[in-house]
Amino acid sequence: MSAGKYDVVIVGAGIVGAACALECAREKMRVAVLDHDVIGGGATAAGMGHIVVMDDSEAQFALTRYSQQLWQQLRPELPDDVEYTQCGTIWVAADDEEMDEVHRKASYYQRRGVPAQILSAEDLERLEPNLRKGMAGGFLVPEDGVLYPPCAARFLIEKAQAYGATVQLGASVSHIGDGRVRRADGSELSAGVIVNAAGAWAPELTRGISVKKRKGHLVITDRYPRFVQHQLVELGYLKSAHAVSSDSVAFNVQPRRTGQVLVGSSRQYGAEHKEVDHEILTRMLQRAQEYMPRLAQTSAIRVWTGFRAATPDKLPLIGPWGEDSTVYLATGHEGLGITTSLATGRLLADELLGRASEIAREPYLPSRASSMEHAHV
Amino acid sequence: MSEQVAVSVNGRPVTVASGSSVAAAVMVAGASCRTSISGEPRGPLCGMGICYECRTEIDGVAHKRSCQVACTSGMEIRTDG
Amino acid sequence: MVSARKQFDLLIVGGGPAGIAAAVSAAQSGKRIGIVDDNPALGGQIWRGETAQSDPEASAWLTRLHAQHVELCSGMRVFDVSAPGILRAESSEGTYEFEYGKLILATGARERFLPFPGWTLPNVMGAGALQALVKSGLPISGKRVVVAGTGPLLLAVAAYLKNHGAKVVAIYEQASRAALAKFALKIAGQKSKVAQAFSLRRELEDVPLITGAWPMAAKGSGVVQSVLISRGGKHEEIACDFLACGFHLVPNTELAVLLGCRLQDGFVQVDELQQTSQTNVFCAGEPTGIGGVELSLIEGQIAGLAAIGKEDEAQDLFTSRRKMDSFAEALDRTFALRPELKAIASAETIVCRCEDVKYGQLAQQQSWRAAKLHTRCGMGPCQGRVCGPATEFLLGWTPESVRPPIFPVALENLISEAHQQEKQHTSVM
Repeated sequence: MSAGKYDVVIVGAGIVGAACALECAREKMRVAVLDHDVIGGGATAAGMGHIVVMDDSEAQFALTRYSQQLWQQLRPELPDDVEYTQCGTIWVAADDEEMDEVHRKASYYQRRGVPAQILSAEDLERLEPNLRKGMAGGFLVPEDGVLYPPCAARFLIEKAQAYGATVQLGASVSHIGDGRVRRADGSELSAGVIVNAAGAWAPELTRGISVKKRKGHLVITDRYPRFVQHQLVELGYLKSAHAVSSDSVAFNVQPRRTGQVLVGSSRQYGAEHKEVDHEILTRMLQRAQEYMPRLAQTSAIRVWTGFRAATPDKLPLIGPWGEDSTVYLATGHEGLGITTSLATGRLLADELLGRASEIAREPYLPSRASSMEHAHV
Repeated sequence: MSEQVAVSVNGRPVTVASGSSVAAAVMVAGASCRTSISGEPRGPLCGMGICYECRTEIDGVAHKRSCQVACTSGMEIRTDG
Repeated sequence: MVSARKQFDLLIVGGGPAGIAAAVSAAQSGKRIGIVDDNPALGGQIWRGETAQSDPEASAWLTRLHAQHVELCSGMRVFDVSAPGILRAESSEGTYEFEYGKLILATGARERFLPFPGWTLPNVMGAGALQALVKSGLPISGKRVVVAGTGPLLLAVAAYLKNHGAKVVAIYEQASRAALAKFALKIAGQKSKVAQAFSLRRELEDVPLITGAWPMAAKGSGVVQSVLISRGGKHEEIACDFLACGFHLVPNTELAVLLGCRLQDGFVQVDELQQTSQTNVFCAGEPTGIGGVELSLIEGQIAGLAAIGKEDEAQDLFTSRRKMDSFAEALDRTFALRPELKAIASAETIVCRCEDVKYGQLAQQQSWRAAKLHTRCGMGPCQGRVCGPATEFLLGWTPESVRPPIFPVALENLISEAHQQEKQHTSVM
């Protein structure tokens, strides 16, 4: 194993690490990416693969919008197995209160130049006939999309390798710091900068960062072409009191290019084991059936879980870790890892090169941790 | 008691022995059960309900393993191949 | 959607020979015993359909079973463990929860499929598969059938098909003539097997049994029309309407693994009383080692007796089992897959039929898990039951651990009523 000096060693070959590798390698830095398993094997493999603009905060909106645009620019290069589909997202309003939120969102997105459309109840029924009757309407963001994340991560890694990055898989990292990355077998790499992109495992490598595991469940069905056309998400989260502290489920389905339907979503706090939790699965599927009754008879082929890397303010940690000048963080992306991976790579590279970014970097800096607030709900 | 059962495969009438599986009826009709994602016609492989190659639509319900379902009178079977 | 719960002192999963023998042996106890099986009628694969009446041994066991108070839960497929001591099954009506004190897994085996060019053509199927289809109404009279692959199943299937009017063109067995001859000598010491083999030989007198031969390709347009066979270093093309091709059997261990039972060399590890590494869980028949009907019956009896505390009576059967164990070892040796079979798939040959993943794509991956994530091999409804054994042979991969549901189920059946709660607050995704 090589023990040479790298400009950047990235720990984690998930979608975020892969995007960071590409941006750094593209800027002629000497890059190595390490992963204890396969490319895209963590949350990247487990998640829904959506690209979605979100407005929980200005900072979240800026990051997701910037990154969504980067995905659109990359789109012509993406190979078939990445399965990029610009299906758009429809935020579903079940009642008048949620329809008010639709109007608020419409005005918010439109003021910021993101194409979006208010859907009446009739529009919604026409576009998504498998939703139950009686919905109030919805909010369509046509530039959102979905893709198949492990292959997207692999594509980004291969592009990074074309710029000279090296990749070492099956290598567990036991310690990072002071410009050194120590592997489980005792060997070391030296690095100008180490990027912790280890997702849910990031706190094991960098003690004290405010990342916690947030478990999720997903179900995938057999092929039902045209069952659902857009990614669908409920606006019902408005009704929750403080969702950050309790286990919760939400209606969220996605069409895959294969015609399979991906059904989510759930969030659990403090659940460390990866076994399927029957209680949460039941709640999640009941919620899904409330919104799309015909899901009940679809054939469910697989059920799995994954761990998101969550921070208290729902924003990722991108930038230098103050306690060690050689360690940078690119983690804490929660449910927006796929969406914001490309922007994360750009911002990280900008930070390393000391150049301006297209969006302000401050909201994502790890140094904000001491003054983290909850995002508006 | 009739020894034959009349079903339809893709809208065309097919008669099979009573107790026959839907897979047998599809094969008698000369159809394949399904089309794979790369466009290949497929029929039963395992005959015991685990390979899922014999999936057909039976009375409006998709993805039924036809080798595991017995034909009943008037059953409407649709294959996508 | 119906959901019901049943309680048993002893639950047997699988209604083939092992499960039936277990139930009969345990029934003397007067305990509440149930058999849950996914087929509409008992018998599993090997005693399917009319065999139950025509085969004296099958018929005798079923008669014994029906004389007992054993609850038969047919048409139900176990897909999950709801909680310790409770299995969950799906039927056409809904779901069932089976609560048990002791459990005997008799989940049997399935055919092993190896990919070769054209194997995905309609009318190319397993050997047992074609027999099952004929039993379920497929007309075979006058049709030309080539039987190929490996294992004693090939002869049994060929004889069955011939008796139902098929023109069995030939049987191509990849094992060598010497290996088969040795096997024949080995089983000469066992009365029932000799009778079987002898009667099959007579039934198949005019059907050539060609050893050291295997399929290279199936050809045809829309359906199989001929098969290319490798034989003695040469290739011959045989016209046919059906190719019945299977490469012996692999055990159905998914439920055992889900329950936490230890495997050894891919089979469920059991002690001399057929008990697995999990307390109160026994396993009998093919999942503990492929050994055929006789061994399944003996192991089923031992498990049934042990499960009701009759260890002494179970021990009386140890000698018979030992004799059959050596038969099982002979089976293993005789029908071991020759390395040439690794070369019959080309880069363009589909290996994962659910997702149409080709061998060339798989050969680039480092492991089953990497292949699954990056090619989607194993992510289809068969859950790796077809492509898993194939990739194990071709690439040496061992599949990952098992997750529920161990079979696809209707989405609504994943909802567990025991866990239903009032609507809770929801959150953003």
